[in-house]
Amino acid sequence: MSATTHNKGNTTGNDIGAGSAMAGTPSANPRVLNRPRVVADAITITQRNLITIARVPQLLVFATIQPIIFVLMFRYVFGGAYGIPGVPYVDFLMPGIFAQTVAFGAIGTGIGLSEDLSKGLIDRFRSLPMAPSAVLVGRTTADVVRNIFVQTLMVAVGVLVGFRIHNGIPNFLVAMLLLLGFGFALSWLFGLIGLALKNAETTQAASFPIMAPLVFASAAFVDVRTMPGWLQPWARNQPLSAIITAVRRLILNEQQAQLLGLTESTASLVLKAIAWIVGLTLVFGTLAIRKYRRVV
Amino acid sequence: MTSTSPEAAISAVGLKKSFGDVVAVTDVSLSVPTGTVLGLLGPNGAGKTTIVRMLTTLLSPDGGELRVAGIDVTADPMAVRSVIGLAGQYAAVDENLTGRENLRMVAKLTHLPKASIAPRVDELLERFKLTDAADRPVRTYSGGMRRRLDLGAALVHEPPVLFLDEPTTGLDPASRNDLWSVIEDLVAGGTTVLLTTQYLEEADRLADRIIVIDKGGIIAEGTAAELKSSLGQTIVEVDFDGTELAERAKPVLATVGEASVLTTTVSLQVKDGSAALFATVRALDAAGIPARNVVVREPSLDDVFLRLTGDVAS
Repeated sequence: MSATTHNKGNTTGNDIGAGSAMAGTPSANPRVLNRPRVVADAITITQRNLITIARVPQLLVFATIQPIIFVLMFRYVFGGAYGIPGVPYVDFLMPGIFAQTVAFGAIGTGIGLSEDLSKGLIDRFRSLPMAPSAVLVGRTTADVVRNIFVQTLMVAVGVLVGFRIHNGIPNFLVAMLLLLGFGFALSWLFGLIGLALKNAETTQAASFPIMAPLVFASAAFVDVRTMPGWLQPWARNQPLSAIITAVRRLILNEQQAQLLGLTESTASLVLKAIAWIVGLTLVFGTLAIRKYRRVV
Repeated sequence: MTSTSPEAAISAVGLKKSFGDVVAVTDVSLSVPTGTVLGLLGPNGAGKTTIVRMLTTLLSPDGGELRVAGIDVTADPMAVRSVIGLAGQYAAVDENLTGRENLRMVAKLTHLPKASIAPRVDELLERFKLTDAADRPVRTYSGGMRRRLDLGAALVHEPPVLFLDEPTTGLDPASRNDLWSVIEDLVAGGTTVLLTTQYLEEADRLADRIIVIDKGGIIAEGTAAELKSSLGQTIVEVDFDGTELAERAKPVLATVGEASVLTTTVSLQVKDGSAALFATVRALDAAGIPARNVVVREPSLDDVFLRLTGDVAS
């Protein structure tokens, strides 16, 4: 580590300015590439977040306890009051539970980022010559992997309490992909909230008021047709309901869909769900990355 | 001194930053020659951390020109990030990762060539005495171990310029000494360091030059010796039983030298130590104020600091 060597390297980098990233030109620090690598950096951060998930299994356990309680409660406590002949309540319920699980799971993205911020890790990342998007992409990607695990567990729990697929495995897998995509999209929303609030408790507290109208005023647990007229347009068209309806249509058979009044074609329902996923990801992804660059 | 010289590894001219109505940094200029250590000294909230955050690309300044290793910080932050290391007030390491995983992650993110990552990580673990704990999650580490790992993470890509924001705050004396030796080794190897601290002892030991910051501006600068000698030659310290006696003694002793009170102690800045000692004893005797202890000593940086930041009743 000789001071003069550094100085020479630095002066070169300075003279050419941004050109220091050009091929064959020594970078400001000859030891490292001073250009971010979007994909490689995102993979590094994803690995880091996956290690955390594996090493703190409590997080995963608590992420699954709540939806399991919901399954048991709705299946056995409220399920008796529900009656659409020909559609078992558990088959109606599970798409709502799946969507609710990925939605609540997305809060974890915000909490994780706010913790990284308050512990100074984001400062460390922002002082490195890495891609600014990697911290967020790495977090949301790791959360997709977590969701694959949680979702598999929830399907198993569903099967244990009587849930069955009525429309073939391929359609069921498309439904699972929609759910993962929706979880990914919401991760960006809650990531943005976590970056804005910078504190795990506040992020948690702020997330519930956003979540409640999405989860409860939705098609998740009851037939929207039983709701008061003023609530129906929201409950029918909000993004969580769009996902649930598409998932339900992919899991139930033609006859059951008719009984639920799902007259729209499967393709159209799936496209609407995809439109929500892409739209939410673009809007909140852009906002979150912008927030990350400026976060103090 | 404040102009941008080609030899300066770090330079700032007319640096400014406000948060809303609160002025955090006002017109700060500084220059750190390559291979030297600058100590930024100041109380909490003086603006030290804000200055470091601007120099390390974490915060954009409202005005002023910043250069690190000759690179314009606002124009090319990515290039700056490849030549700096930052170790923070709180150890910015991932608690759930092991020490080795933390260093490997930073090595990948600084894009070290793949083949050199493992040996570099081993070398750092060895150097910071973390080899035995390398494969344990960081949450099992002591405060000192975390700080060493944090500093290790800042050094992964061998940055020629290092920013240390209160590197030893909250550490026990032994760990502090360890960290100081490591920093001294780095400087001996040619690294330029900008260090913020609240500890005068730390600045005294590590810094070639010291800048004292208060309320966002520079209030003094020089070497430790220069700052001390600016105070006068010698200090006479008189200790009393209680603050009341100290307050009563202050006007009496003001005839001997410039007097200031800190709890039960009156400090006098004097030219001639032994003459002042006799004068002090005579004055107290005449006023009938009993003293517990009288000491003559050389001024410390604490004296400079207290006087400059106005924490002294005058």
